Amino acid sequence: MSLLSVRGLRKSFGSNVVLDGFDLEVSAGECVVLIGASGSGKSTLLRCVNLLETVDDGVIHLGSEDITDPRVDPDRVRSRMGMVFQAYNLFPHLSVLDNITLAPMRVHGRPRADATAAARAILERVGLADKASVRPDELSGGQQQRVAIARALVNSPELMLLDEVTSALDPELVGEVLDLLISLKAEGMTMVLATHEMAFAKQVADRVCFLHGGAIHEEGPPAALLGAPSRERTRAFLSRFVGL
Amino acid sequence: MANPPDERVDAPGGLTDRWVPSALEQERRAYRRSRTVRSAAIASISTILVVGALGWVLTHSSGWPRVQETFFDWDKAVASFPAVLSGLWLNIRVLLVCAVLITVLGLTIAVMRTLRGPVFFPLRLFGAAFTDLFRGLPLLLVLLLLGFGVPALGLDGLPQEAVFWGCAALVLSYSAYVAEVFRAGIESVHPSQRAAARSLGLTHTQSLRFVIVPQAVRRVLPPLLNDFVSLQKDSGLIAVLGVVDAIRAAQIETARDFNFTPYVVAGVLFVCLTVPMARFTDWVARRQGFQGSGLV
Ligand SMILES: Nc1ncnc2c1ncn2[C@@H]1O[C@H](COP(=O)(O)OP(=O)(O)OP(=O)(O)O)[C@@H](O)[C@H]1O
Ligand SMILES: [Mg+2]
Repeated sequence: MSLLSVRGLRKSFGSNVVLDGFDLEVSAGECVVLIGASGSGKSTLLRCVNLLETVDDGVIHLGSEDITDPRVDPDRVRSRMGMVFQAYNLFPHLSVLDNITLAPMRVHGRPRADATAAARAILERVGLADKASVRPDELSGGQQQRVAIARALVNSPELMLLDEVTSALDPELVGEVLDLLISLKAEGMTMVLATHEMAFAKQVADRVCFLHGGAIHEEGPPAALLGAPSRERTRAFLSRFVGL
Repeated sequence: MANPPDERVDAPGGLTDRWVPSALEQERRAYRRSRTVRSAAIASISTILVVGALGWVLTHSSGWPRVQETFFDWDKAVASFPAVLSGLWLNIRVLLVCAVLITVLGLTIAVMRTLRGPVFFPLRLFGAAFTDLFRGLPLLLVLLLLGFGVPALGLDGLPQEAVFWGCAALVLSYSAYVAEVFRAGIESVHPSQRAAARSLGLTHTQSLRFVIVPQAVRRVLPPLLNDFVSLQKDSGLIAVLGVVDAIRAAQIETARDFNFTPYVVAGVLFVCLTVPMARFTDWVARRQGFQGSGLV
């Protein structure tokens, strides 16, 4: 059974219909990469799944729970997922450690000592153990993004949603974040990520989905979809990326 | 995963020890120093000239002897100083109590106005009505209405003291302003911060409390302190209710011989009270400007 199941999702902003009958199934442990032109709705989809947007129509299941049901508590649903944003969105007034312990303490009610220990362990893991007490703006972009991933990971989410987590980074820093995601995947983390980096998609994806016209236009394993797309629109999009 | 060493950040640390500024840099620094000295000299000379000219014009005007006698009588100043100073002590206490209450009430109203959802409509409406009303009413009017009107009702249980109603008027008027400052701060925090907080599972209230409001307060600290500087002097308006603060004390001293020097004494004391606060505000603003540059 799928861990995440999106069926017939529709989302519009005013007259701009962004997602129109969108379907996506993600099984546990799978890494799905969303690609598509700017404005094709990648971020919108991730925000809908994270319940940061209310959907116009369709259903989203997380496990066996219909999370688009207005009777479910959105805060509890969100705490089962980890979301990482393109612009990191770290809290500038809190130290790195406090950024990470905020949710465990306030949402999950863990005692401070316990939350701090968990945060230190996760910082160790993303290679930033020595940065626990600094403010986010004293870190490089790659370090900030790794803190944002650590912040999302510390709650042991069932699903990670990553929105263009590398587009603000130079190639070397992309490597840092990529290594981290590959190791997460090896541990069986389920991930949905939006990206414009085809090389990145190639390395982490089990499946790549090309979004166009408010739905998945074409999908498949990375080698097949990126190497030999079968549909005209996909080919046109991918032809812009050199070195594939 | 192995920890990737953060070479980018750590590397330059050890290299800076033996650095001696190049000849070019030393020349640039010498030039900057000379410019600083030059500007300081120009500033002092022009200040002396302007103040001197003003003083000369004033003291050589035909009415000056009379003005000096009624406003700047040294003996009168010394004689009235203790009474005015003890009046000022009341202003200071009023100020401290009001500042705390204004902060609490202002922030509460601001948060009320940012609540979303139909359930909170009455609170939003109340917040909007409160700010509209008390920003619109002249402070003097609020003082008179509360200070003379409410005690006249003769309701049991309500305090009768003029100081209490004077403070109440200050708190109501200023909270309306301060609420708007806080609200501007809350709305200036980028929506992505709220999204990040919500995506971690924090509730609306928790997001406000731990993420949005702390950032908002930091941002609006300079304008907020500015409002408190203004409150320091407006605390003198409670004199109209007959409360013996610095201004009322000066008025009493003046009434004996129609010499207005005590008012000048009170004015000087008020300025002495607000200057440190104003400098503190500047200092906070500068520090924020420096810190703020790194954020978005
Ligand atoms: N809050 C919003 N209000 C109005 N329109 C929005 C909003 N968010 C997104 N849109 C619109 O929805 C469409 C899809 O946006 P979305 O951010 O999902 O695209 P994307 O695929 O993530 O693009 P990119 O690759 O540039 O990040 C765009 O046309 C955008 O203008
Ligand atoms: Mg996007």
